[in-house]
Amino acid sequence: MAAATTEIRWHGRGGQGAKTAAIFLAEAVLDQGKHSQGFPEYGPERRGAPVRGFTRISDAPIRLHCSIAEPDYVIVLDPTLLDSKAAGVPDGASDDTVFLINTVETPANIRKRLGIKGGKVHTVDASLIAQECFGRPIPNMPMIGALAAVADVITLENLVASLVVRFKKKFSQAVIDGNVTAVERAYKELVSE
Amino acid sequence: MKQIYVGLTGNEAVATAFKQARPHVAPAFPITPQTEMMHKFADFVADGVVDTEMILVESEHSAMSAAIGSAATGARTFTATSSAGFALMWEVVYIAASLRLPICMPVVNRALSGNINIHNDHSDAMGGRDAGWIQLWCENTQEAYDHALMCWRIAEHKDVRLPVMINYDGFIISHTSESLHILPDEDAWKFVGPKDLKTGYSLLDMDHPITVGPLDLTDYYFEHKVSQIEALKRAPKHIAEVYKEFGQLTGRHYSFFEEYRTDDADLVIVALGSTAGTAKDVIDAQREKGVKVGLLKIHMFRPFPAAELAKALSKAKVVGVMDKAASFGGWGGPLFNEIRSALYDLPARPKIHNWIYGLGGRDTDVKQIAALIDQLQAIAKGREAETVNLLGVRL
Repeated sequence: MAAATTEIRWHGRGGQGAKTAAIFLAEAVLDQGKHSQGFPEYGPERRGAPVRGFTRISDAPIRLHCSIAEPDYVIVLDPTLLDSKAAGVPDGASDDTVFLINTVETPANIRKRLGIKGGKVHTVDASLIAQECFGRPIPNMPMIGALAAVADVITLENLVASLVVRFKKKFSQAVIDGNVTAVERAYKELVSE
Repeated sequence: MKQIYVGLTGNEAVATAFKQARPHVAPAFPITPQTEMMHKFADFVADGVVDTEMILVESEHSAMSAAIGSAATGARTFTATSSAGFALMWEVVYIAASLRLPICMPVVNRALSGNINIHNDHSDAMGGRDAGWIQLWCENTQEAYDHALMCWRIAEHKDVRLPVMINYDGFIISHTSESLHILPDEDAWKFVGPKDLKTGYSLLDMDHPITVGPLDLTDYYFEHKVSQIEALKRAPKHIAEVYKEFGQLTGRHYSFFEEYRTDDADLVIVALGSTAGTAKDVIDAQREKGVKVGLLKIHMFRPFPAAELAKALSKAKVVGVMDKAASFGGWGGPLFNEIRSALYDLPARPKIHNWIYGLGGRDTDVKQIAALIDQLQAIAKGREAETVNLLGVRL
């Protein structure tokens, strides 16, 4: 709504970390003095079902308490959602919307699959990066790394610092290191049009 | 005082505030979307951060019954609920207030069945509006946190001694991580303070044994109900004092209701809860187009500040009351009825219309609220409109 608010919509399947990513990013930007909101869309909770997550980031307090219908950024964790009408990946996108897709395909192919003319499409093989870096194909953290490369919401340095602090409570050093490498790789390996 | 800037869901924020208030006892039974709040609080207990005794009961009826027993001994006590869980504890919810027990309870607002729906509306709490509890309503995680600290000071005040419900919207607030400022534990504890165990009666005071909850028939029941009515009449003064002290401490100033850009407003929206935040953004956009519209967001719904509200709305031309609850067979929603009644004695009443919206978690977005404001404008220009309307529904 307010021009200064960045609205991000996440599309994934249950188990891929769309909810975690939406909330992680919201909390990570606080260290930069931003205001934020991160929330998932709740429905039947089951692994593999399409889920959406939402993140709002702003320099001013955020007052909106509704879903994100016209996102600035659309992040897709699972490319099989691209063809799903129910998942609604391109819904509400404008000519300025930026798409970040976890896929092996090229941005040009994705553009065709989504049936969009405007906007910008970036791709990265986040599942492969995750598999290689920490042994599980969970793409959410590398996708945040990819976002840091194209969006002015968080720097790579702040993202890594925040990841280390927040993961320390739950994970081993090996898992943390793997995630840091994955984030850095996705930041660099992003393919743009 | 230095506050801590964090991102927490509404449930996490309330659990944090309750941890800081060091309650003695917390009976708990899970129900979506409240569960995560008690889950987080149970983490604090398991980690030894707070030494509350948790009682894991088998239903909400038992949760409230255990809370009543606990509070009757003088222990600082809370439980939490939502929707059907609240409905199940109905019988004893009234008893908590009748016995004047300062129990605090978040009602994480969720639609009532059926059909089964886990999402937000206000039908649960509205059903409990006449139960004798103080009802406070929150817009966001910050307000939920703040009220979860302030509620103890209100409930336990010697001239009030009433249970307090803190309402915040299920999922929209309970499961949304938002940036907010929290107090350091020590400062929060300094504000809440220990429970005064000497005020009132205690089941454990063996030197002065009392009977609690006996048969109360035609001889005294009426007088006891009047004492509840009087206690609720006294509550606003103390709520205002707690709001004031909290404002001085934190810089976050609350009042019975918040007035947003109402000074010169011809059109005023009245709402409860998270929708008020969305409405503020819409109002800012409409103001830029020259539309004189404002918002009145109610924090204190019970006791109902009728005189203050009438004064605040007296200058408006059209008032649009948003109800996130249907009153089946009634004429308009519960908030509408109260507001409309409060305006009746004004020498020149504004026009007042009702919109039922958002039932079962239907997303209430910027476009819906903008459409509502368009209707208010048309009514101000003389267009006839229904008294009770629907917003965001497929017909």
